[in-house]
Amino acid sequence: MWIYQKKLEYPVNITTPDPRMAKALMAQYGGPDSELGASMRYLTQRFSMPDNRVRATCNDIGTEELAHWEMIGTMIYQCMRGASLAEIEAAGLLGYYTMHDHGVYPADPNGVPFTASYIQCTGDPVADLVEDLAAEQKARATYEHLMTLTENPQLLGPLHFLREREIVHFQRFGECLEIVQALQSGETRAYYPSVTVESSGNCMRR
Amino acid sequence: METTQCALLNQISEYQFVCVELNLYLDTHPTDEAARADYLCYGKMLQQLIAQYEEQYGPLQNFGHSPTETGCYVCSKWPWE
Repeated sequence: MWIYQKKLEYPVNITTPDPRMAKALMAQYGGPDSELGASMRYLTQRFSMPDNRVRATCNDIGTEELAHWEMIGTMIYQCMRGASLAEIEAAGLLGYYTMHDHGVYPADPNGVPFTASYIQCTGDPVADLVEDLAAEQKARATYEHLMTLTENPQLLGPLHFLREREIVHFQRFGECLEIVQALQSGETRAYYPSVTVESSGNCMRR
Repeated sequence: METTQCALLNQISEYQFVCVELNLYLDTHPTDEAARADYLCYGKMLQQLIAQYEEQYGPLQNFGHSPTETGCYVCSKWPWE
């Protein structure tokens, strides 16, 4: 199950309307490489993963992606907040406004609604993990495109954070791929020795 | 949100970030003892900060995970507001 925490993973506070950026940000809310796609992809693929470490990674990254989806939704909501109809129309959001008003709907910037066909679950861990690696790179590239579209630090801060998370997730999925390939080549190691760790009360001793 | 409340929430986010990072690292490196010790340590500090926040400003979490008598889950602002 999931527990909700009534806060964002990274603070978002956009104080001036910017419907042009709201439109661009929809790529990461309802597009093929969106945070929604990422979350659903990993949370679905986790069931058929063959190793506890890989299941944990898919579960926990899939969970973090939900928090990123909430951040993007917040950014779109705040970019639309207080925007006049003229500003919305000038940003190319007349069709969006007609159907969704100031609501936050999972579609991409071209108005194409989110669909499950953006994600795959082949049940083959190598195929699925390679998709995950590609997904993280596509999302990183999209964040870099978004960062070229604005100079507003209130947008750039969260975008920098989210871009960095794609890189970390790519690293972790790469390790998962190595784990699965080692398993498939018959390598057996004692992966879960019981380790008791005493907290020193003094974090980051390394 | 007042400045001190915002500062405490940001501090929670900082510790939470360290825990998320260490958690994901430990998912693929479950036997790294130093990382586990750090995770344990930061996790304890995170719980202390959350308890302090909830006692002062009200619950952050739903479904019974925030046993505080201060404020209420419904009455605080949502994070996009």
